[in-house]
Amino acid sequence: MKHLKPLNAKARRIEADLAAMEEDVVALQQAPRPHVPMGCSLSFSPGWEVDASGGTAGLCQPVERDIYDCYVTCFWPVQMADHVNYSPDWASKCAAATKDWRNLDIVFP
Amino acid sequence: MSAPLLHRYRAGEMHRFAAADAEFVYLPTAGAIFALDGATADVLERLQGGAVAHDELAAALVADGMDPADADGLLRELRLVRLIESDQVVSAAPAVDTPPADFPLQALVLNITNQCNLACTYCYEFGADRIATPTGKPKYMTPETARAAVDFLLDGAKGRESVHITFFGGETLMNFRLLRDVVAYADERAAENGRKVTYSLTTNATLLTDEIIDFLADKAIGVTVSIDGPEKLQDARRVYKSGKGSYAVILPRLKALIARHRRRAITARVTLSAGVTDVVGIYRHLKDEIGFHEIGFAPVTSAGEDRDWGLDGDGMGTVLAGFHALAQEWLDHALRGQMHGFSNVSETIGELVAGTNKSHPCGAGIGLLGVSPSGDLSPCHRFTDADDHVLGHVDHGVDHEKRVDFLARGHVGAKYECTSCWARPLCAGGCHHEAFVRYGDTGHANLHYCDWIREWTDRCLGIYGTLAARNPAFLDRFADRKVQS
Repeated sequence: MKHLKPLNAKARRIEADLAAMEEDVVALQQAPRPHVPMGCSLSFSPGWEVDASGGTAGLCQPVERDIYDCYVTCFWPVQMADHVNYSPDWASKCAAATKDWRNLDIVFP
Repeated sequence: MSAPLLHRYRAGEMHRFAAADAEFVYLPTAGAIFALDGATADVLERLQGGAVAHDELAAALVADGMDPADADGLLRELRLVRLIESDQVVSAAPAVDTPPADFPLQALVLNITNQCNLACTYCYEFGADRIATPTGKPKYMTPETARAAVDFLLDGAKGRESVHITFFGGETLMNFRLLRDVVAYADERAAENGRKVTYSLTTNATLLTDEIIDFLADKAIGVTVSIDGPEKLQDARRVYKSGKGSYAVILPRLKALIARHRRRAITARVTLSAGVTDVVGIYRHLKDEIGFHEIGFAPVTSAGEDRDWGLDGDGMGTVLAGFHALAQEWLDHALRGQMHGFSNVSETIGELVAGTNKSHPCGAGIGLLGVSPSGDLSPCHRFTDADDHVLGHVDHGVDHEKRVDFLARGHVGAKYECTSCWARPLCAGGCHHEAFVRYGDTGHANLHYCDWIREWTDRCLGIYGTLAARNPAFLDRFADRKVQS
């Protein structure tokens, strides 16, 4: 806090709560802007693309790899298996995604 | 959190005050106190005329020389602390939540007798405004009931290492033998589980003897004496049944008590009533001539201004003027690093240090219960022996339905007038008993002293601000002060 000085225990708790928010999840458009780039650009992913024929078979990496990236690096829950409740082990055979992606289980909701 | 760039801001709920050439703010939603800088004061000034758009506010700050990023940061800080809020915000209806049914007990007030050797005309237990219905009930608590009460307290205080027992009456010392037995029993029971019981009592001091004083000192029992001041004022209403005053009887006993009992603060508790309003004179006498360590004042409870002891507007005005004079003394002492005995300030400062934000005016019915001589439980000692306010019995515990009803009605969120008052974190509507006597409902806000409470709270905030600026270390002394009623 720069402009308010906490003077009692309750005010100091508010200050601590706000300080904790500074380290919390931030949105890309939030002011002040986060100083690190975030999202898929941090990792090598093909993204949701199509190949030259308009399909996904000829991508340099398979779409399953992208799903796995959502699980590891991003918060994109609709695209990935529910590893909290129903499919905790869906990625347990995939130690290194670039080699083991074929071992990712197919999950049917 | 993304900045709501299109929002218009208005000022949030706050009470601003100035002290020691500085500006402060008290937040009623939290009980928090902050010092403001000039930029914050500037933003708040701009919102005095109504809501202003974010961009307009930011542009005005930049025009005054502030860096654009700093202006955004300032508005964000004020928004998060809720000093400013979007004009689209609709405050949630105040929630009335009751404490969990297994909230651990902390203290019992044992009314070990409902008998008294004095006949103070304003007495809430025996006077015209009494609510007690003692007919046919035991006059003195029996050892069996007292032991059951101690067991009830220790069983109900799960998780607490220390509990408190206050002895009360009637005149407490009319049943001193029981008091002594209770201390022995409670100490023994508590020690079985490595716990501790602390004690206090309230007395009119007429029956103090050397033997009793030695016992109180030996056991470190806190003593509060009900006394109204110098002889003329004490004898105006604190009289024997014959009408004879009690001052001459208690004076030597008080001096002996204060001389020999050095382990706890000896406190005077003054009831201010019609004609007994010379707060400064009473304080001087009790502090300087008799030697009490602390003196607390409270206006008499009365059903209205038709009671001959009730304080009218003039009387309350005189009292408040006296409070201000003693508050100034308190502050002068504090700036020199000295404690002053005017406990009305000390209690409030203790609450402000913590940032107390009360759901209920006091602990009655939550961590504290009263026990009548028959063993009936009540919200506190002021409801002892009143059939309509029984909350259970020490033998079979708390009646949870009645307790929930009492607490739901007494919750500050249930008192409509309090919801817009900045002093509610400390007042919470005021004494349940006072409300019942005055309005017939324990859950009614004590509207007859709202202005008085706000003026007094503002004064204590001013003292707080001055100390925060000039002697902040002094405030640390209040960090552990227990709130006593």
